[in-house]
Amino acid sequence: MPTPYTKLVIEHFKNPHNVGEIENPDVKVTEGSPACGDMLTLYLKVDPVTHKITDIKFKSFGCASNIATGSIITDLVAGKTVEEALKITWKDAAEALGGLPPVKIHCSVLAADALHSAVEIYMEKEGLVKEKNPTKMETVFQKLTHVIDPNTGVDIVKSKIIKGVKIENGIIFIEVDLKENDQFAANVKEEILERLGYLWDIKEVKVSFSK
Amino acid sequence: MNTIIYLDNASTTPTDKRVIKKMLPFFSENFANPATKWTSSLSKLVDEEVEQARLNIAKLLGADPDEIFFTSGGTESDNTALKGIAFKHHDRGNEIISIPIEHEAVLKSLETLEGFGFKIKFARVDSKGFVDPEEIKRLITKKTILVSIMHANNEIGTIEPIEEIGKICRERDIYFHTDAVQTVGHIPINVKSFNVDLLSLSAHKFYGPKGVGAIYVRKGVKVKPFMDGGGQEKGIRSGTLNTTGIIGLGEAARLASEEMEQTESDVKKMRDLLWDKIQKQIPKVYLNGAEIDSRLSNNLNIIIKGIRNEPLLVALNERGVIAGGGSACAAGSKYPSHVLKSIGVKDNDIFGALRITIGKFNKIEYVDYVVQSLNEIVNSLRDLSPFWEGE
Repeated sequence: MPTPYTKLVIEHFKNPHNVGEIENPDVKVTEGSPACGDMLTLYLKVDPVTHKITDIKFKSFGCASNIATGSIITDLVAGKTVEEALKITWKDAAEALGGLPPVKIHCSVLAADALHSAVEIYMEKEGLVKEKNPTKMETVFQKLTHVIDPNTGVDIVKSKIIKGVKIENGIIFIEVDLKENDQFAANVKEEILERLGYLWDIKEVKVSFSK
Repeated sequence: MNTIIYLDNASTTPTDKRVIKKMLPFFSENFANPATKWTSSLSKLVDEEVEQARLNIAKLLGADPDEIFFTSGGTESDNTALKGIAFKHHDRGNEIISIPIEHEAVLKSLETLEGFGFKIKFARVDSKGFVDPEEIKRLITKKTILVSIMHANNEIGTIEPIEEIGKICRERDIYFHTDAVQTVGHIPINVKSFNVDLLSLSAHKFYGPKGVGAIYVRKGVKVKPFMDGGGQEKGIRSGTLNTTGIIGLGEAARLASEEMEQTESDVKKMRDLLWDKIQKQIPKVYLNGAEIDSRLSNNLNIIIKGIRNEPLLVALNERGVIAGGGSACAAGSKYPSHVLKSIGVKDNDIFGALRITIGKFNKIEYVDYVVQSLNEIVNSLRDLSPFWEGE
């Protein structure tokens, strides 16, 4: 059956590599949101001495090319150090798949974004970040745009449930406009901690709920 | 499997071979333009066939032949009805009533009219896609000139209470248009008992060729044509007649009149079997729209929890099964269906919507293969999905 996809895309889509979860991963990130239609969760396990990626797995709620890109990008990363992995772009992934239809580019970007986020978080965690700029509000908000509000399906900045952010003496205070017992509150908190918890000059992240 | 199992018949249908046979002589053997029928015997012959086609459609709708005008299809008919009434009768008022689950041809026409100063009011639909005629009644004011409500929805197959709405409009002397693109040739229609003033239809939705359709305009109802030209079709639709298309449409209409009942019963049988087996074999699958027995017999629109429809459709296609996500017209768009949104389906779920629409050329023997393929693909996509937490 001819489709706009290359044979390789279909091959990776039908039998994706590195699918699943990793127990106790060094990093787990989710990019995208169900509201925009594509979502990809990436798990990384990294060797603490060599900083080589020893295991990588993904899950996808996305289109065929999102699944194929997840598969190929996890292939490309295998055995590389985290710094090498940072250099892998969506173009590398698209090329490795023999090209993607133009309308599907954003799907490959999503997989590359997930990889970069995961590596950045790992590097922050391990103190591998070279340029140590003090954390500013901008950085915090930029990172929060990667956290999805499951109630609306868009990120928590866009959905306006961030009521207040304060950085004080190495502590980030975040006030979230959700009920403490909201079914997604724990989930949102966990994701915020994952995104902000490893900045080099931040000792603690305090998330409070205010509805 | 090398056979293609085409289950997207609401998007378009294959042209019936009998229809093609009827059309073929009018390409090269008799290619004449019916407009010159007074002086050319060739034209006279084509004209007779065109008029036969008009009669066949009139019969199918319970209309008179001089109330049928040929167009290029459903979209043109919808545009003609809405803009034609609005621009002709704007002195009577500027309000138009419709529903949010209409086809884009209606919604976009209304948007254009809004730009010209018309006020568009949308009546709500319930979680099954039904509009309440009482709400139409409430929305009507002295300024209302037109109500446009689709006969059946193209995505979820909900059949609207057209007769009641028609009655409300007729009593108040308000024009009533219905987009019947999904129903003409499929279920019985009578423009008189429906009390409609304008009705849109399209040939390729009922085994006719693409690029041709018609609009019913009740005798005495005036519309302003939006194409200027040689005044064909009594000025309502200028342009040399698409004779082959029209003759094909006429033949499709004739076949539908004769075979509708049998076709619908076959289609329903297959649709019901498919739904029954899907429900039994695949967990967490839900029906969108009206109950299975109060929607179009060919339509199945379901939410499959935990997955997206795009990879599902790609994988089904790999196995020779062609189905749909939402409406085919919006398939290129990454935005979720406006129809499913309007009936309150959540975004997450909309992305997992699968539309299967059966046609008269589908074979019931393939149901098992389709359900088995669907089951396997859904399982593997659910394994991949971060949203799937098991049954």
